[in-house]
Order: sequence, then C-alpha cells, then structure tokens
Amino acid sequence: MQDFRLTRRGLLAGTAAIAAFGARRASAQTPNNVLVIGHVAELQTLDPAQAVTISDFRILANIYEGLLRYKDDTLDVEPGLAESWTLSPDAKTYTFKLRQGVKFHDGGDFNAETVKFNFDRVTQKDHPYANTGPFPFVFTLGPVEKTEVLDPYTVAITLKEPYSPMLTMLAGAIGGLAGISPAAVKKYGKDFARNGGGTGPFKFTLWESGQRFVLDANPTWWRGKVKLAGLVYRPIVDENARVSEMLSGGTDITIEVPPDNIATFTASKNFTFYEQSGPHLWYLMLNCKEKPFDDKRVRQAANYAINKEALVTEILKGTATVAAGVTPPAFTWAHDNDLKPYSYDPAKAKALLAEAGYPNGVDVTFYVTESGSGMLSPILMGTAIQADLAAAGIRAKIETYEWNTFLGKIIPGMEGKAQVAELSFMTQDPDMHPFLALRTGAPVNSGRYSNPKVDALIDAARAEPNIAKRGALYKQMQDLIADDAPWVFIANWKQNAVSSAAVKGFKLHPSFTTRFWDTSKA
Amino acid sequence: MLNSYILRRLLLIAPVLFGVTIIVFLVISLVPGDPAKAILGTFATPEAVAQVRHDLGLDESLPAQYGIWLFNLLQGDFGRSYILHKPVIVEIMARLFPTLLLAGVALVLSSVFGILLGIVAAVRQNAWPDKVITVAVLIGISTPSFWLGILLIFWFGVRLAWLPVGGMQEMFGGGGVWDVTRHLVLPSCALAAVAGAVLVRLTRGAMLEVMRQDFVRTARAKGLPERRVIFVHAFRNALVGIIPVIGLEAGFVLGGAVYIETVFQWPGIGRMLVSAISTRDILLVQGGVLVIAFAYVLINLLADIAQSLLDPRIRAG
Repeated sequence: MQDFRLTRRGLLAGTAAIAAFGARRASAQTPNNVLVIGHVAELQTLDPAQAVTISDFRILANIYEGLLRYKDDTLDVEPGLAESWTLSPDAKTYTFKLRQGVKFHDGGDFNAETVKFNFDRVTQKDHPYANTGPFPFVFTLGPVEKTEVLDPYTVAITLKEPYSPMLTMLAGAIGGLAGISPAAVKKYGKDFARNGGGTGPFKFTLWESGQRFVLDANPTWWRGKVKLAGLVYRPIVDENARVSEMLSGGTDITIEVPPDNIATFTASKNFTFYEQSGPHLWYLMLNCKEKPFDDKRVRQAANYAINKEALVTEILKGTATVAAGVTPPAFTWAHDNDLKPYSYDPAKAKALLAEAGYPNGVDVTFYVTESGSGMLSPILMGTAIQADLAAAGIRAKIETYEWNTFLGKIIPGMEGKAQVAELSFMTQDPDMHPFLALRTGAPVNSGRYSNPKVDALIDAARAEPNIAKRGALYKQMQDLIADDAPWVFIANWKQNAVSSAAVKGFKLHPSFTTRFWDTSKA
Repeated sequence: MLNSYILRRLLLIAPVLFGVTIIVFLVISLVPGDPAKAILGTFATPEAVAQVRHDLGLDESLPAQYGIWLFNLLQGDFGRSYILHKPVIVEIMARLFPTLLLAGVALVLSSVFGILLGIVAAVRQNAWPDKVITVAVLIGISTPSFWLGILLIFWFGVRLAWLPVGGMQEMFGGGGVWDVTRHLVLPSCALAAVAGAVLVRLTRGAMLEVMRQDFVRTARAKGLPERRVIFVHAFRNALVGIIPVIGLEAGFVLGGAVYIETVFQWPGIGRMLVSAISTRDILLVQGGVLVIAFAYVLINLLADIAQSLLDPRIRAG
C-alpha cells in the first residue's frame, strides 16, 4: 500500500524532529546569580501576619525581618530590627530600642511609628486596617494590650499578662510582621497579601500563579548586599516531580526530599545534601477520657509496644530521630537530655495490658491521615504502628482521612470516635505545643489529658522571664508527661534539602525556615 | 434548518449549566472539613474560625449560600479566593489558557493519530500493521496517563535530557512559541495516549463496518482509486460515528489534565483545582469546575454541529 509508507516515513521524520528539538539540554538554564528553588506549595500570602503554613513562612523569612532574630545555628534569639530590649519588673512591658537607618523596600523609613502600626493592625480590633486580616497566628506573639511610641526609635509593647515565649515568637517567622511597610498596607489594603513590602534581604518582584514566585535582592539592605541577584520559587507540589526537576537541572535547590530518593542525591558528586533537626514532634494522641486509654498502664503499654527505632530507620530512612518526650531536642535550653524514650518491649506492654484488665488484648480505632503538614509518611507509619500494637494485644482498626477532614474529626475531641490518632506539630517555643494540646481544657487537647501539676508547670514557665529557670520547669513538665503517657512519642523530624554542587553557603536552620542571604551560586 | 438546530442546542446550554452550578455547589458543600479551619490552620481560635465563617458566608443556610453565589455569578462575579487573596475570575483566567492549550493539543494529537492509525489498521486488517497497532492500543488504553507521564519524564527529561520535565516555560528567557512547544511535548503526549488509543479502536471498527457496505463495493467497481474509496467514500461515513466520540474525548482530556498538570507542573486549572480542593477554597473550586464544565458543553456542541453538517439526518431528527 503506497499510501501508508508515506505515513511511516513521516513518523520517522517526526521522531527525528523531536530529538533535534530537545538537543539543547534542559539543564544549565538557570542564570548564574539567581537561585531556583523547588518549593513544596504555592505561596498563599505575602502578609506574614496572615500566613499559617510553614511553606509560606519559609519564603517570607527572606522578605521580612522581626524585631529579633534567631542566631545562625540555633533557636536562641539575638537583635534584629531592634538593637536591644528590656523587660519591666512586672514582666508585662517589653521596651525595644530600634535600629536606625533601616529602609523598607518601598524606600520608607522603619521606626517606632511603623512598629506601632504593625502591632495595632493585628491586635486592635478598631484599627483602620484591621480588616486586612484574618491574623490566625498572631495570638502566638502574646496577649498584646497596647503598643506605644516612646520616641522615634523606641517602642514599648505591653501585655495583659506575662508571656515569656514572646521573645522567641518575635524572632520567628510570625514576628516578621513587625517589619511590614505600613505604606504598602495603606496602598494595597486587602491586596497587600498579593504585594507585600518589608525590610528584608529580598523584595517581591513577580508572582505567576502555579509557575513562579520571584524575589530580587534588596540593594539597600541594612546588613549589606546579598550575594545572589534573586530567588525564583517554583511551586512543585508533587514530590516525584520535585525530584525529577532537581535531577534534570530545572531547579538549583529542593526542600523536602522524599526519604526514598535521598540515596540518589547523596551518591552523586553533583549534589549537596543538607539535614537539620528542628522543633518537630510526630506522635500518637491517645484518648485519655475513654477506655482503654483512661488507664495510664494501657497508655504506657502502647509506648512500649511500638518499635520507634525501626520506624525511624526503615520507613523514614533516617530522616528523623526517636523522640523521648513532648519537647523536641532543638530547644537545647528546655529539652531534658536525661529523659530516655520508652524502650521497645512488647512483653512489658502485654504485661501492663493484662495488669490493667485486658489479658486478651483490646480493640481500638486509629485515625490515620493521607498527608498533611509535617506528617512525613503517615499511611506507612500508621500501618507499621498498627502491626506493632497488634503484636502487643492492642488491635487497632485504621480509619484513613484526607488531612482537613482528619483535622475536622480530631480537633473537636476524640471521644466517641477514636482512641488513637497520629499527629505532628512544629513550633518555635516549647510553650506552645503543651499549652495548646496538653493543658487541661486546651483548644487542641483532643485526647482530654489532664494533670493539674502539668498545668501548673506550663503556667509557671509561661510567666517566668529567666530562661534557665523556665527551661528547668519544662524539664519537670517533660518527665511528668512522659510518665503519664498521654501520647506515644515517636519521632523528631530532620528537615532536609538537596542543592546542586554550585550552590554555596546554604544551610538549613532549626526554625525550619530557609534563609538565603548568605547563599551564593557559582 | 441547520440554524434552528444550532439555536435549539444553544438554548439547552443554559439549563445544563444551571444544573452544573447546583451539582458543583452541593458536592463542595458535602465535602467534610471546615473551610475556615482549613484556612486558619490546626490551631485556630474559635473566634477566628467564627469570623472567617462569617466572612465566607458559611454561617448562612445552604440554600442562601447557593442563592448568593448564583446571584453574584449571574453578574459575572465569581467571588474572591480567601486563600489566594484575589478575585476567583482573575485566577481562573490566568489558568484557563494553559489548560485549553494542553487539552487542545492533546485532543488534536489523539484525534489525528487515533483516526490515521485506525484507518491503517482497518485497511490492513489482520496484516502486521493491524496487529502492531492493536497491541499498541491495548497498552495505550490500559496505561494510566499519569504513570505514562512519569515514565516520559524519566526517559526524555531525566535520562536523555531532551525535553524539560515540567512547567510551561523556562524560568528565564522563556515564554516564546518554541519554548512553550518544547514544554508541551511530554504532557500532551501523555494525555493524548489513552484518548488516541480509544479513537484507534473506534475508527478501526467503524471503517471495517463501512467498508463492507454496498456503496464501497460500487465505488471500487466503478474503478475509483483505492485512496479515494477509503478517504472520501468510506471515511466520511465512518466519521459520523467518530465525531461525537471526539466530543466526549474533550471531556476526557480536560479531566485528565487534573493529574497530568500535577505530574508536569503545568500551570492550568487542573492543578489549581487540586490545591483548591485540599485548601477548601470553595469559591475557586466552584468557579473552576463551572468554567471547565462550560468548556466541555461548548466543545460537545461544536462536535454535534460538525456531526450534523456531515449527516443531515441528525438535523432533521
């Protein structure tokens, strides 16, 4: 058939054309001085006061600066936009001396008035720009009563009650709201979330939905010029796509490499692999209000039943370490180094279970999520835990839900629904997690754990301005909670990243934000 | 005659879209998980949740929520995305072109190759081209397109590094026709494969049936060249059955775009919808689905019109 030979020839020609077409390698496309970042999600807001996700805060940390900042390698605070600070004797008023000569990206001056504007906007309901919210995480900065300008470069923030976590929160990502440009808020109103404006090392340039988010270096940054000319964030939600973009040279750096792909990168000289533990905890919340976990012995049995070492090495491939208690080791001053994790001891678990009146084991419902911020590999973890629990006599029936549905089921309380739920939490101060999830009657204490001694320690630490004394209180708290075992403590995640070998001067920070002001690219 | 047919079909669009609004609205409303909590994160205070529910209008009854949405929609107001902090319509318009481009190219590729290969297979029935094509089609139909996408990325993007693995244009100095075309190759092929395979089967069957009929035998007997018999006499008649399926394939590629866009980071509506659903961005999901549904209805209308042009019996009926 004459007619179709042509088609075959055409097909061959087409294939050749496609080959020629791609002759230029996809790699080496990123210009010298600009860093292309494979980012886990689309940016949601350019307003640090509105941001709620770690992926947003990772970007915003390069645009906004707080009054204080974290030191380069730890969660200890040091001066940022404020040069120094004092605390009043009643521990309620913080007075900040501000740095002079700091400019916003739009050219305006940073001073006490701008700080007052920023705090009033998010804490005073009658502020003319209060409607540019909501500001869901601002409560973590503390119960702010008022903000006063004492002189052009001195500002006082008064709290309704003492709140010692304030300094670490001010240094954290949400604290970046102190360095927002009020002129930009006034200019854009609700659209400030799409435009932004701060004092930081990079400034917002371009935002193309689903494609890229571009920041240019801020040439007038008060700490000096950064080495890079700019940053390009590519939102690549699918983790396999993130890996293939990195392998093909479409990105210079990728945050959150899936555990299964780490070996691919560490084996090659073309890539640099980074790891950093941070204030993260992966745990099982137990329903302390209902049978069987209303009995401490059964809760301890669950802690003994699970082989945490195996979870961390086999499923998480070393991307996490075994957790001993509620306070992650990243809080060096508050973590109790003497507290040891529950050992893996199925025999002891069985014995405790029998002692509590369940010699033939017990049936429970176990909520597992499909995905979710900080949840690592929740389904694999869930099934491995199910097997460990079953071996000790706790027969868990897994119910799996999509993340938001999952939260909707757990947050109002687990009673009547489930006895076990997997959860994780990232925080910037050791106060927040126990305060929100373990204190009696706390909003996310869905397991209904209650121990007045623990409540008293949390409250005392909250009001204690001396960091050493505060740390000592948290250590007592950890020991009490570990013994009560309202949760099964599983793992502390290590954030990871991979970059091409050309990227220099980058390191991950324990706060889980990614900071690019010391980074360069050959 | 033709005009009144088109008019009748056009008038039917309105009730179809109205039905779509109800279904879209109900489906999103029935999805568990409070949008306010999804927006505010795990540790939102009850006051903040109540405020956001009020801002979103979620404290109204369901019929009232639907009524308000529809009322605004009729005035061209799709609302404002609470997550993205911008008007829904702006985001949809930015995402619509990439999706239409990807789906359109995939549809053309699948139609052209599907029909051509189908004709080849029919004409060379039971000979080796037919067998090769039939096996290829079987593989094509049974391969999930997202998996094919990952394979294509692995071979052509990572191993051979011929083509970019994702995105619609280069991050730098990109954006021209050539650049976009290079980025289109892998996702459109992945998306076209299944749709094309279906068309091959359909075309082959339709052609075989038509070629057995008397008028084809008469055409051959008249001494017409084989090429003319196949393309003019047989194919034109087979096409009547193929065109409505192409219309249905349009729906398939638009739907398939949801995961292909995710695999290839294509900045289209599909990927937008995936993230909007997980963040419970209700207005964005409703708007996005509505626009996709509208595109689907429109394409099917065009297919029906094309079919009626080919086959006058349809207009009459």
